Amino acid sequence: MTNAIVAQGLVKHYGEVKALDGLDLEVAEGTVLGLLGPNGAGKTTCVRILSTLLKPDAGSATVAGHDVVRDAKALRRLIGLSGQNAAVDEHLTGFENLDMVGRLYHLGRERSRQRARELLEMLDLTEAGDRITKGYSGGMRRRLDLAAALVAEPPILFLDEPTTGLDPRSRISMWDVIAGLVRGGTTLLLTTQYLEEADRLADRIAVIDHGTVIAQGTSDELKGQIGGERLEFTLADAAQLGVARDCVVPLGIGEAVIDQHSRRLSVPVTGGAAVLVEALRALDAAGVELQDVGLRRPTLDDVFLTLTGHAAEEKESQDDESETTTTQTRTTTKEGAA
Amino acid sequence: MNALLEAAADTAVITKRNLIKIKRVPDLLVFTTLQPIMFVLLFAYVFGSAIDVPGVGYREFLIAGIFAQTVVFGSTFTGYSLAQDLQKGVIDRFRSLPMAPSAVLFGRTLSDVLNNVISLIVMALTGLVVGWRIRSSVLEALVGFALVLLFAYAISWVMAYVGLLVRSPEIVNNASFIVIFPLTFIANTFVPTNNLPGPLKAFADWNPVSAVTQAARELFGNTSAALPPPDVWSMQHPVPYTLIWVVLILAIFIPLSIRQYQRAASR
Repeated sequence: MTNAIVAQGLVKHYGEVKALDGLDLEVAEGTVLGLLGPNGAGKTTCVRILSTLLKPDAGSATVAGHDVVRDAKALRRLIGLSGQNAAVDEHLTGFENLDMVGRLYHLGRERSRQRARELLEMLDLTEAGDRITKGYSGGMRRRLDLAAALVAEPPILFLDEPTTGLDPRSRISMWDVIAGLVRGGTTLLLTTQYLEEADRLADRIAVIDHGTVIAQGTSDELKGQIGGERLEFTLADAAQLGVARDCVVPLGIGEAVIDQHSRRLSVPVTGGAAVLVEALRALDAAGVELQDVGLRRPTLDDVFLTLTGHAAEEKESQDDESETTTTQTRTTTKEGAA
Repeated sequence: MNALLEAAADTAVITKRNLIKIKRVPDLLVFTTLQPIMFVLLFAYVFGSAIDVPGVGYREFLIAGIFAQTVVFGSTFTGYSLAQDLQKGVIDRFRSLPMAPSAVLFGRTLSDVLNNVISLIVMALTGLVVGWRIRSSVLEALVGFALVLLFAYAISWVMAYVGLLVRSPEIVNNASFIVIFPLTFIANTFVPTNNLPGPLKAFADWNPVSAVTQAARELFGNTSAALPPPDVWSMQHPVPYTLIWVVLILAIFIPLSIRQYQRAASR
């Protein structure tokens, strides 16, 4: 399979700060790569270089066979970009926004209008299409921004944190839309802070920190690497910890961790809720009294703790993700009037 | 498609987008029109009561100066709007499209000409009410208006560069205020420069704002033998001197702004 996106040794500085530090990346044609990392890891910088908005200080990248610096203009016909800022013109209607983008892709008047209507329909914005986007909700804006990226039916799509700042319902509907696109064979590079999102949408995941890829693989490979899910129990009586361990360890995939002081026991597992139910039966049968119980899925924090030894805390000064704008969008978001 | 035609088509698309915004945010238009009315009235009646301009009377003297000052201030809107587009990520969207890089800037500066046309019409009408008259021919007067607009267009490109450089609409406004205020006041806009202290007079006489003002005054017929222009080349030949500035500014700031646009990133 040929690679639609290849990046080699990308370096980008912002003054003193090194946003990208020799980043290598490959995305096979027709697949989805999830670029996973915390704020400031270099995700946005990477997308901006690959989508021709920024020039790298060193290294090179080709997208669809075009060099991102030398063939920038030719490449722009083949890519769609949807950023985390929801870059729609708030004084235009949804339709006008898409029509304008179509004209700037030089689709011509008729085709631009037709495409605008198709996309409004596809992203469930038909009803809102003739309203000014200022009144759109955060989720609607994101969908419109995504629609703008799809106007020219680009074979390669970059989505930069498409669901950051969205409420859970909007997030799930966004996922459905993106999953639908991918089935159509589009090559997609998606950045996200959420493991769950990468898990759901991406064929492969690259974990990025301090401007380099520190781990990559399929979702399962990566989860294996970071330990996957854990069952956690808090017992009523610390004396029963030994009995409890004997019950649950056979169900798990690794050693149990016991904390006498907090009467806690945890064990790595695969299989989710089904394993939890089995464990509860076994513990009940053994007469172990429980105070609390839970199935903990790995979070980005776990990935980071495991892979880098440091937590995935936010680093504001080196932040290349314009977090302020996101916050602004979030706070000014209004529910679109029916 | 020919690259130039393509750029023109892209410019038209962007211009249309900007004009829609004028229509959708009528507050903008209200201020575009109210402010010049206020200026004309304030200067005509407050300063006018204290300043005696020989030959033409203060109100006739004043109008060309107010025209020049208002359109120069109006040009900050170009920088303000671009900084705003940059901040909101709209420029990122444009830059990811296969459009001509110059189109966003030409579209912006061209649609901002409309703002200035509206201001000029409103100011001219207010001027006529308070006693301003065109004493030359219609053609000369139109050339006068065109020259003021052309000068404003050039300043617009300076502001475009500033807007793309500083990236914050608020800073564009505040920073340009600091520059534009002295530039439009240390000039012949509101008072004759004859009695200014030496260095200020020299600055005022070579100030391009003075030149466009003097040119407009002459083209409107608002000059008098009782108040001859200062005996320096710039004031004796205000039209060519203004045009030199226009060409110079455009030659520098069009390429500079386009280059800055291509680098600009909202971060």
